[in-house]
Amino acid sequence: MTTQLTSGGPAAGRRETGPLVAVSGLSVAFSAGPGEGSGGIVRAVDALSFELAPGGALGIVGESGSGKSTAAYALLGLHRDTGADVTGSVTVAGHDVQAADDAGLRRLRGGVAAMVFQDPLSSLDPYQAVGDQIAEVYRVHHRDASRREARARAAEVLDRVGIPDAARRARSRPHEFSGGMRQRALIAMALACRPQLLVADEPTTALDVTVQDQILGLLRELRAETGMGLILVTHDLGVAAGSVDDLLVMKDGRAVEHGPVRDVLHAPREDYTRDLLAAVPRVNVRRETRTDGLPQAGGDDSVLLEASALRREFGRGKRAVTAVDDVSLTVRAGETVGVVGESGSGKTTLGRMLVRLLEPTGGRLSYRGRDIGGMKERELRAFRSELQMVFQDPVSSLNPRRSIGESIADPLRAAGKLDDAAIVARVRELLERVGLDPASYHRYPHEFSGGQRQRVGIARALAPEPKLIVCDEPVSALDVTTQAQVVRLLGELQRDLGLALVFIAHDLAVVRQVSDRLVVMRGGRIVEEGPADTVYERPAHAYTKGLLAAVPRLEAAEAPA
Amino acid sequence: MTGYLLRRAAGALAVLLVLSVVVYATFYIAPGDPARLACGPRCNPGQIAQVRAQLSLGDPVYLQYWHFLQGIVAGHDYSTGTALLHCDAPCFGLSYQNNQQVTDMLIERLPATASLAVGAMAVALLLGTGTGLLSALRRGGITERVLTWLTLAGTATPVFISGLGLLMLFCAYLAWLPFPTYVPLTGDPEQWAWNMLLPWAALGLLESAKYARLMRSSMLETLAEDHIRTFRAYGVAERKLVTRHALRGAVAPVIALSAADFGSMFGGAVLTEMMFGLPGIGALLVHATTTLDLPVVVAVVMVTGTAVVIANIVADVLYAAADRRVALR
Amino acid sequence: MTTELLTTAEPEAGTAPASGPPQVWRRLRARKSALAAAAVLGLLVLLALAAPLLAAIEGQDPNAYHDTLVDSARGGVPFGDFGGISAEHWLGVEPGTGRDLFVRLVYGARVSLLVAVGATAVQILIGVGIGLAAALGNRLVESLLTHVTDVMVAMPLLVFAIALMAVVPADFPRPVLLAIAIGLLQWGGMARLVRAQTLSLMKLDFVSAARLTGGSTRRVARRELLPSLAAPVITYAAVLLPTNIVMEASMSFLGVGVKPPTPSWGHMLSTATTWFRADPMYVLLPALMLFVTTLAFTVLGDGVRAALDPREASRLRVGRGRRKARTSGAGGAA
Repeated sequence: MTTQLTSGGPAAGRRETGPLVAVSGLSVAFSAGPGEGSGGIVRAVDALSFELAPGGALGIVGESGSGKSTAAYALLGLHRDTGADVTGSVTVAGHDVQAADDAGLRRLRGGVAAMVFQDPLSSLDPYQAVGDQIAEVYRVHHRDASRREARARAAEVLDRVGIPDAARRARSRPHEFSGGMRQRALIAMALACRPQLLVADEPTTALDVTVQDQILGLLRELRAETGMGLILVTHDLGVAAGSVDDLLVMKDGRAVEHGPVRDVLHAPREDYTRDLLAAVPRVNVRRETRTDGLPQAGGDDSVLLEASALRREFGRGKRAVTAVDDVSLTVRAGETVGVVGESGSGKTTLGRMLVRLLEPTGGRLSYRGRDIGGMKERELRAFRSELQMVFQDPVSSLNPRRSIGESIADPLRAAGKLDDAAIVARVRELLERVGLDPASYHRYPHEFSGGQRQRVGIARALAPEPKLIVCDEPVSALDVTTQAQVVRLLGELQRDLGLALVFIAHDLAVVRQVSDRLVVMRGGRIVEEGPADTVYERPAHAYTKGLLAAVPRLEAAEAPA
Repeated sequence: MTGYLLRRAAGALAVLLVLSVVVYATFYIAPGDPARLACGPRCNPGQIAQVRAQLSLGDPVYLQYWHFLQGIVAGHDYSTGTALLHCDAPCFGLSYQNNQQVTDMLIERLPATASLAVGAMAVALLLGTGTGLLSALRRGGITERVLTWLTLAGTATPVFISGLGLLMLFCAYLAWLPFPTYVPLTGDPEQWAWNMLLPWAALGLLESAKYARLMRSSMLETLAEDHIRTFRAYGVAERKLVTRHALRGAVAPVIALSAADFGSMFGGAVLTEMMFGLPGIGALLVHATTTLDLPVVVAVVMVTGTAVVIANIVADVLYAAADRRVALR
Repeated sequence: MTTELLTTAEPEAGTAPASGPPQVWRRLRARKSALAAAAVLGLLVLLALAAPLLAAIEGQDPNAYHDTLVDSARGGVPFGDFGGISAEHWLGVEPGTGRDLFVRLVYGARVSLLVAVGATAVQILIGVGIGLAAALGNRLVESLLTHVTDVMVAMPLLVFAIALMAVVPADFPRPVLLAIAIGLLQWGGMARLVRAQTLSLMKLDFVSAARLTGGSTRRVARRELLPSLAAPVITYAAVLLPTNIVMEASMSFLGVGVKPPTPSWGHMLSTATTWFRADPMYVLLPALMLFVTTLAFTVLGDGVRAALDPREASRLRVGRGRRKARTSGAGGAA
């Protein structure tokens, strides 16, 4: 343990001698739905043990399905009455969670240990004022408190988490708050009853990177001030690195590695941890230089796609919202243009316009000199094969009722140039090209993992032999190791096939790994554009600087103290 | 809000206009000869010709339709050969059966229909939301299984079966209640209530099953939402989760549906009215249909349509008021 | 934002409910109530199909009067116990006319099922057509069809159907007419469902991807949308069937449905209202048939819905619930 913040904080009032959290042999099993067959039991957490000293901070990290959130829920007994089978022992501040009766559990929840959830909008009651919701929680644990006292406490904690004009804003409903303010309000709710332990389940995953930075800063401050313990559940090693003392790496419900942050990140003992760390994209590392001749040397660097003063509005009249405004952009053959921006920056709208899934409402969009911006669907068909897209969500981008082979074959069949045997042969070739078993032609999307589905999506985009592929957040729904593989695949394909890529993402580190040029968007406009390394290393615009500064870095903890 | 209501009112008018065209085309143009129907079976060709002139059936179709609309909006004058009869707006014409003004016939029938609709809706809402809530909160228990089957049986029982059952049980065998005869509320409120008891129960039971199912699924959906989980994770007791955080969102669709249903009851409770001999609008319609009294049929359809369109606007407003996440647009 | 998938408590692959027909069939079979309902309905269909055969076995004609079997002194109540049950007349005879009740009931099943299935088919055809057109058409088409659909959903069907009977020529075959009339009037819910489903499908990336293949809109609709629409359409059809059965019975009950002497449960019940003191069997039998049929269809419909949407079963888990759009019921037959 590195830091032992004691005294001063209200939590120190009840001094515990033992650890704040003691988990030993915890297992959580869910039964799969009835009539599903297939064994029917999913062991989400398997024989997990760890301890947390009072005032300590532990990061639980892992990929999807590692059981990290399930484990965190068990700390507050949230699996009770859900049909989950929980075994092992969980002790929080001396309270045995497993043995507690319902009333005891209610006293524990919020009073001793408080939870902050991922999605701040849906986690608050949409009908009630934020302050009232916090006051309600306060009165659950302070039965003798008057309404007035509870409300005062709500304003106090809202003020503490940095809500400006807290007493007045306490009367606002959640939808009147921004995403970051909602998460602050949730943290305020957690603080209301002065808990000894804060459990935060992916508290910043739904937030933009700059807001994430502020929330993480707030958590650090609060910990130092109140001396409460923190358990931070996250998929993002960078987020954990700067905010906790200890790291617990989980995989398939088990603990893989557990130790002080610096040791785990700097000198991992387990292969899995090493792989995980290697896969994390670094925003401050240059893109791997191309070894085998530059694609530009291939001769063709003519302009493929040119957008000038492109504009897109949604809605009409007073309700009209401009999603993309006055965007000019050129994509040349064989290059990768990275587009980064926070939510609402218009980057997805731009991407969909570039392949003409959306019609621009203003400006000009030309492909190889032909104006395709205002073309009718019928005329566009001639160009469809050359402009393709890889989508974000590996679940919804494939039709669940059609085999993956048929999905990939679709553009070939629509073109009608090849006969059936040739189409099947081509699809098998494509499957192999993206690293999938060519024999999986007749399998259905649900038989594949997220990363494999994304490979299918790439194969489908490649099928009509396009000149340009727009990738809209192609890896943001994937785990970090899968992410690295898919990014590598895209790089290879581009090099081999001389494709132009437009790579849209919110994650600056991922974009750096692939881009030749970078475009930074904000509020529908381009704020900065230039060669990728230049923008990353010497950003000119203040917004870009702020964005880059907010990206969580592993080095913060890696560097020897 | 005002803008929204204006837009909806405009939309409603458009819909009713379309409805009037369809209804007019279906009932006055498509079938045989309205003049023969109006005149009756024993008319000679001369009399039929006279009626035809009286109803302006010789005019072009669009002109006839225009007069029909004009009658609804501004009233209409009929010459019955000897006297001039004025029919006040909204005028749906004169009954083929007795030359009475159709509007007066409808107004005469309204109290019985309204009595039925209000009482049955009260029964349905109370019983429906109650059972729905109970079965959502007692999930997995015997209570839920029993209630689920009861509501299933309720939805599967047409009102003329449950009505018949109630009549047989309470009036014939147990003889606790007299066979219902309609007594106007203004005449004798106590007798009115006693006589309406069975119709209310029959129609209310049927409707309540529908609300119970909706209430249950809506409550379960709301209870699965993230914000409920938040308050559960802060030690708020289950009962409070329901009353303070889930009920409002869960009850919104039930209220909206009941408002819409209320509108259709103003023409739609035909079976219940026939079953219990209530002199309501539905019974009027059945009688008019069997006697081919077209003006009455058309009037009932138009009035019901109007009630339904208005009720739907009310339903949407109520829904948005109850569930703030829904914006009125 | 985008990373929900990373953080679900359950393991990623495998637990997602598989949606192929075999899985749905397996889940449906696991529901005992649905199986029982299907068995009851199977028996009913068999009875209806075999009606002439059963009549021949019993040796009775559905429309033959038997004056000797009813007590004209008591207004036409059948002689004997329980409505005149005997070896010749398995379920007794109709009061007043003395027609054989068993044969009339099984012939009544024919009418009931025929009208209900026919009406449902019409509803599916119109509903899917209008729903798709409203979702895929331009602004004008969309707003027009949506408005019309809203009206159709809200209108009290029974009122319109009754009114319609006033103007249709009397010699038109009634069961066919009923099926068409009910179908023409009650497609609003189906259209609304198809429209909503199509709109949400259109938001999914696989439809966008299909558009990028360069195929025509019709090709995209046929290959990507229709297969995905099958499940909700079937579910809703299962909900519509019992409604249509009740509708036919209601209209016949009111005397504007199937014309006598064609046997119909609804019509039997309406005559039974005058007999329920003297001959309770005559009320109970058609009421029971109608009730059991509707209940079986309702239970089966519920089962189909649950089998197609397995989330229902796993709602209890701590997880993210999603709010469905307001579900507005159809103006029923009251």
